[in-house]
Parts: sequence; C-alpha cells; structure tokens
Amino acid sequence: MEITAELVEYLEKLGRIRLSEDEKDRTQSELASILGYIDKLGELDTTGVEPLSHAIGHVNVMREDEVTNGDMQEQILANSAETKDGAILVPKTVE
Amino acid sequence: MTDYEMVIGLEVHCELSTASKIFCSCSTKFGGAPNTHVCEVCSGMPGTLPTLNRQVVEFAVKAGLALNCDITRKNKFDRKNYFYPDLPKAYQISQLYYPICRNGHVDIKTSAGMKSIGIHEIHMEEDAGKLVHDPLSGKTMVDFNRCGVPLIEIVSEPDFRSAEEVTAYLEKLRDTLQYLGVSDCKMQEGSMRADVNLSVRPRGQKEFGTRTEMKNIASLKAIARAIEYECERQIDVIEAGDKVVQETRRWDDEKEYTYAMRSKEDAQDYKYFPDPDLMPIEISEEYIEKVRSEIPELADAKRTRYVEELGLPEYDADIITGSTTLVKVFETTCEICGAPKDASNWVMTDLLKLCNDSHITPEDISFRFESLGEIIKMVNDGKINRKTGREVFARVFADNVDPAQYVEENGLAQVSDLSAIEPAIKEVLANNEKAVSEYLAGAEKNFQFLIGQSMRSLKGKADPQAVRSALQKLLDEMR
Ligand SMILES: [Zn+2]
Repeated sequence: MEITAELVEYLEKLGRIRLSEDEKDRTQSELASILGYIDKLGELDTTGVEPLSHAIGHVNVMREDEVTNGDMQEQILANSAETKDGAILVPKTVE
Repeated sequence: MTDYEMVIGLEVHCELSTASKIFCSCSTKFGGAPNTHVCEVCSGMPGTLPTLNRQVVEFAVKAGLALNCDITRKNKFDRKNYFYPDLPKAYQISQLYYPICRNGHVDIKTSAGMKSIGIHEIHMEEDAGKLVHDPLSGKTMVDFNRCGVPLIEIVSEPDFRSAEEVTAYLEKLRDTLQYLGVSDCKMQEGSMRADVNLSVRPRGQKEFGTRTEMKNIASLKAIARAIEYECERQIDVIEAGDKVVQETRRWDDEKEYTYAMRSKEDAQDYKYFPDPDLMPIEISEEYIEKVRSEIPELADAKRTRYVEELGLPEYDADIITGSTTLVKVFETTCEICGAPKDASNWVMTDLLKLCNDSHITPEDISFRFESLGEIIKMVNDGKINRKTGREVFARVFADNVDPAQYVEENGLAQVSDLSAIEPAIKEVLANNEKAVSEYLAGAEKNFQFLIGQSMRSLKGKADPQAVRSALQKLLDEMR
C-alpha cells in the first residue's frame, strides 16, 4: 500500500488532529517505512497459522456482576474544562 | 406501473439487565443524575483496564440459544474506533470478527401465516453516553451514565417483506428476552432500539436495491409508519427516474416523514482490531448445556399450554402471556386457588380494569402476588361473595392489604349459616307485608324484591344462594 499525501490528510481528518506541512511530510515517510516493515513480515508463509491477538495465554478473565462503585461525579467532572448541572460541556455536536 | 416489494433487515440493540456495567463495577440503573454512575474505566481515563462482567456472557448465550443460534466457542472483543463526545475512550468495545452467536432464526406469525426470520449474528458490546443540546450555552451536555452499559446487538438477515413482519418479529424478540430476564426491552427508555435497513426492488428481481438506514425509532407503531413511508419514498424516487442514495435517514414521527441526516463523511472507517486489554473467552459444551437448562418456558409454549391444558380463551392467553408480570400474577394465583379459569377471569377483568383506572401498566403493580389467589379461594370456598371479593381486591391493589386479615377486621365474611340469615329475613317479611301478600297472591316478581331487601339487611355479606332458599322456605310456610 502506498502512503500518499491524500492518505495522510484522510488520516488527519479521521483522527481529528491537525498536522503542519512539516509534520505531514514526516508522517508520510514514517508511515511508509512502518508499512514497509509490515510488508516484509508479509513475505513469511503463514498458511495454517492462526492470527495472534493476545501474547499471554489467559482466557475467561471475568468478574462477578456486582456494583461496587459509588458516585464519583465530583472526581469525574474535575477532569473537564467546563461543566453544567453535573454534565460535561463540549462544543455543539447535537443537531 | 411496476409492482415493488420492500426488503428489510433489522439491527436491534438491547440493554442487558445486569446490575453492573460490562467492563467496570458501576451501576446500570436508569435515570440517575448525570455522571453519577461513572468511574475511571467507563470514562476512559488513561491507564485503566476493563474486566468483563460474567453475567453479560451468560445473558448473550442465553439469548442466542433461545433464538436458535450456534454459540461461538472462541470469542474475542474488538475495538471500533471513532471520535465522538459520547465515547470517552474514542473506541467502542464490540465484537466484529467472532460474534458470540450466529445462524439463528425466529419464527413469527403474521396474517399470511408463519414465517422464519434468519438471525445473522448476535454480538456483545458497550453502550455510549448521552448527549443533550443545551440551548442556553449553545453547547452539548455529556452524561456518561449509559457509557459501558452492556448491550447485545441482534442482526437479522434481510428477510422482512412488510412492516407487519417487522412488528411481529420485534414483539417476539421483546417477549423472548423479557421471559429470559435478559433485557427489559423498554423502547420508551431506550433499552430496546431498532435500526431499519430498507430497500425496494421490482417483485421477482433477485438483486437488492440500494438501501437506506433509519436509526433509533422510538416505538413499534412509529417503526411501522416509518417503514411504510420510506418504502413509498424510494418507489417514488425510482419511478421519477432517479437513484436511491445510500444514507442514514431520520424518521420524524410527528410530521411523518424521513429526512437525510448530515452524512458523517468517512464514518464507515472504524479501523477495527482485536482489543488487547480483554482476554479471549472460551465457551465449553458444559457451559452451553447449563445455560440451556436454565431457559424458562417461553411465551409461545406458555400460550399453547394455557389454551390447551388450562382451557383459557385464546384472547386471554394472548393478553396474559404478553406481559411477564401478568404471567407471574396469573401463575401464582392458579397455584393458590387451583382454578385457572377463575384466575384468568379476575386478571382479565378486575386486575386490568384497576390498572387502567389508575393509569399504570401491569409492570408497575405493587401488591403481593399471592393476594389475588387468596381472594379467589375465599370466594370459591363461600367465605366471601364475589362482590365483596372485588372490594377486597381493590383495597389490595391500592394499599397491598392482607386479604384474610382485611376480611376479618371489617367483618366482611359471608353469612351462610341459617341461624343468622333467618331472623333477618323474617324481619324483612314483617316490614314488607304488602309485597308478601301480593307474592302469595301470585305476584312472582316480588320474590326478587324480597331477596334484594334481605341481602341489603344482611349488608351484602350473605351467601345469595342461602338467602334464596331460606326466603323460599319461609314464604312457602306462609301459604
Ligand atoms: Zn464505570
């Protein structure tokens, strides 16, 4: 897959970030080298090998259905720039 | 003009009835003050880790088995990445590659007969937060209480050809999940939400037309109206020589039309990948059998049994099995009074009338379920008459009084013993000489009048049958 300037701009939009022209150039070349490495790995014959998503062998790590957390509204809201009536205020997104 | 048919597939989200959220120990209770059921995990603080709620897996497997699905033995969770203020982690934990259930079906009944609707898959995921526009500040208010509430998404095959089929399917899903105790499926509270994918094509054509999606419509009736409208709209577009655009449309139930939502460009690029924070889940044969053995009798089986074994009219069986609370009241009542037909009569007339008069649904009743059976038993044993029973039940319904104690304390027990009845009747006869002599002279209708007077003097507590025979005997003696 070729990393074009258009693709970098598309990723910029998806990630909701703004890159300077310099950063765009750097991102383009860095992504190209990362993908180059991935392509190299792709040369290996992995027929019959299941994709690995977890490096440790644990399965079925679960907890009981119990409510142990109480009201932490104050701590949660302490992390937001602006609040109102217990809600976090963000720029308008609802139509 | 070409004859068109609609093709519909549904994605139904149901919130699971767990006590805590899917990946943290916050409460799932509906309606708390904003951000009071939120912790560092479900608000997406850096460095926190999710731990799966065991009950979510069990509910998902139970739902899958009841909907005739294959259960996936090796499950994983995946991240669905997108930026939106209702999603503090910037990804939703869901299942894309290995959904927990696949290949199921639901049999529905419509006016055209039975039909089987395919279930493509069911997967587990977490709900997002709630956004409300604040007109004063012009900003959006974010509440994360629903964030991390467990959901199952039930994805059907595109098997529906009418709004009627869709409604029947949703009712069946709702009944089934409520009977299983997996979800309360309240559309008005958003614990059951349906997305409708709809396209039209000339009847007989194999290929599907271009579809539109309608999201989160708030009631079964609104869904039926939205489907009828959207189908007509697409046919009009095609007949006018235009092309249907693939887009998400919103249904306005007041103005009764759909309109295109501002398209989120590139919205479909979710960059799914397996969530490395959550270990895979392996489901064993024993586990599946254990869950299967815990599936209760479901609505269809119950309805058939009520009609065939208990002798209920089909209409009554439909109404009662339509509500898990009515089922509980009815079955408890049968158990205590041993008279299913009486139980259904009392539920269908008295209970539903009381609910109706006080503007509540059966789900909101608050009396002890055993009370109704106890009242019916007192009536059937002749301890109180039907009219008194009805009065006692009204008090039970309103204030949850104990029926036997209430009857006792208010002296409502029926008088059937002759030594109490006869003196009262004799007095009535003495006070109504004219009516008595007319009766003896052949005015039969006066008998009913004298019964009425006697019942009144006994304050309605007497056994009408005993009064009738005592009166007859006393009158005969006067001839
Ligand atoms: Zn939490």
